[in-house]
Amino acid sequence: MFTVVAEDIAKSYSRKVRALKGVSLSVDKGELFGLIGPDGAGKTTLFRILTTLILPDSGTASVCGYDIVKDYKEIRKRVGYMPGKFSLYQDLSVRENINFFATLFGTNLKDNYETVKDIYSQIEPFERRKAGALSGGMKQKLALSCALIHRPDVLFLDEPTTGVDPVSRKEFWAMLKRLKEQGLSIIVSTPYMDEATLCDRIALIRNGSFMDTDSPSGIISKFDRTLLSVKGSRMPALLKALRADDRVHSCFAFGDTHHIVMNKSVSADVIGSLHSSLLARGFDDVEIKSIAPNIEDCYMYLDTINR
Amino acid sequence: MIKYLIEKEFKQIWRDRFLLVLIPLLPALVMLVFPWATTMEIKSVNISVLDYDHTPLSAKLINKISSTSYFNITAVAMNKREANDHISSGVADMVIEIPNGFEKELVNDRTSSLMVLANAVNGSKAGFGTSYLNAIIIDFAAQMNFAQGAISLNTMGGISVEPYYWFNPSMDYKIPMIPALIVLIVTLLVGFLPSMNIVAEKESGTIEQINVTPVSKFAFIAGKLIPYWIIGVIVLSIAILVSYLMFGLQPKGSIFLLYGISIFFILGISAMGLLISNYSSTMQQAMFTMFFLIIIIILMSGILTPISSMPEWAQVIAAINPMTYFAEIMKLIYLKGSTLADLMQYIYPLVVFFVIIFAWAMLSYRKRG
Repeated sequence: MFTVVAEDIAKSYSRKVRALKGVSLSVDKGELFGLIGPDGAGKTTLFRILTTLILPDSGTASVCGYDIVKDYKEIRKRVGYMPGKFSLYQDLSVRENINFFATLFGTNLKDNYETVKDIYSQIEPFERRKAGALSGGMKQKLALSCALIHRPDVLFLDEPTTGVDPVSRKEFWAMLKRLKEQGLSIIVSTPYMDEATLCDRIALIRNGSFMDTDSPSGIISKFDRTLLSVKGSRMPALLKALRADDRVHSCFAFGDTHHIVMNKSVSADVIGSLHSSLLARGFDDVEIKSIAPNIEDCYMYLDTINR
Repeated sequence: MIKYLIEKEFKQIWRDRFLLVLIPLLPALVMLVFPWATTMEIKSVNISVLDYDHTPLSAKLINKISSTSYFNITAVAMNKREANDHISSGVADMVIEIPNGFEKELVNDRTSSLMVLANAVNGSKAGFGTSYLNAIIIDFAAQMNFAQGAISLNTMGGISVEPYYWFNPSMDYKIPMIPALIVLIVTLLVGFLPSMNIVAEKESGTIEQINVTPVSKFAFIAGKLIPYWIIGVIVLSIAILVSYLMFGLQPKGSIFLLYGISIFFILGISAMGLLISNYSSTMQQAMFTMFFLIIIIILMSGILTPISSMPEWAQVIAAINPMTYFAEIMKLIYLKGSTLADLMQYIYPLVVFFVIIFAWAMLSYRKRG
């Protein structure tokens, strides 16, 4: 029995803006599901549909066995939603915010303290501080506490780590892991590819469609091309030269190296031949290595073949 | 749950320094300043005198005119052109022209004529000025006839009308303006504040977080409305208190009745604010829409101009305007001391307005797009 099931969900904001073009997903109980994709891919729209804030144009979905259109009232009692933008009352204190949302769900902090303790105890020393005066990481913890205060069955987190420092991000994911272990289903979206491997399963979303849905290792194992990392002194010129090479399928700047995906029909000694052809064009200090793909490589590759 | 929603609204208002100062200060200032400014009374009309007669009698008339508090003799003209210049340059609002032989005619024939010119750019000033001046001249003529032992049958008809103004015997314009100003300031605050409220939650994103909770539409809207009713009562009380302290004016009728009826008006106007807020997606939109509506409500409520002299279509708007009824109720309780039975006909429309707008505000609050 899946906690969240969506089938062929589509949503357009206007004739030109088609935010979702028919996506399907299913999330198991106690599963951490990641939606990975850039800004504007449709992540937030999908969240808003699943949390019953907007209606889809077509497709069906159910959350905890309730239909998102008919039984939205039941769903609202059972889901926790943390929007991408911090949307608690900045002029209310930490304690007032959590009490307020607890009351709206017909509960209180005392009864559910155990559920949020792990997270809330970290911000408890600042209970009297206004939410607007909290740091980014603490705001996220407060928002997560407010989303958890009514013991939801499913948690929807829309880009919870965007704009949060690396240490807090790590902490946040550790918290999600612990929540998952308590049997909570979590759907989280993120534009950070490195966070994808922390999920049980992920969907790579692009322009309102899923390119693939699988476990992170499953997605990586499907990558069947040769992937090389190239480094040299004249990086911009190198990128141009590599893109012009007909053995290269696609090439992207990736930190201080270029990652290139080779075409299928390349020979075994592709590194050597690429090295010599680059040397012939005046790139005398290039370093070429064969590397294992990560999620970002898979995303970029799928992005090029789906274009 | 509603209790907690209300508590939250008050916490937010309490922490907004600007609102905390604005809510008591605005009604106090309005009641202190505006009764002096919003008067229809015409004072200090400037007059240019064009006296061709130059006799003791004409001098006496001029003296009589200048001795009133309404008129100042600001210029003396030698000829018609000069008199016209005085009007066009703004030196004088009116010209009184006394013809040659004025005294002689008046003494011999007991009748004479003079000319009064008024600059009608400011219509009410010209109108009131002319009629005041007329009254002075008639009075002057009556005195003249009496002084000469003649009975003024022809000029005065032997009857003099002594007007008595009920409910405001001294025709002090501040008195009828005060209840209207109280209504005005209450409308402004309980109209604008809620119109900014829901849209502010939309802009800050907090509405998303509310919308995913199981809170009902009724609880949400009622939780927004009740704080503004309380604010409205505070504003009303400050305005009533200031007008009593400053002008010694207190309602002739029951103050409890006044507060009781104000519930429907304040809730109705606040619900209208929330309605606008529901339909707006930015504070700016809400602000301008509300501004437009409030102007219509004020202009077509009869507090500035009488409804009976409006064209029919405007009278229709006035008839659905809640301020029309509340302004009337305030005036009647304040000046006439009307009772509940007298006021029922004005209360029904307020209740209907509130019920319709509240239902509309509740239904238009969409928890999903």
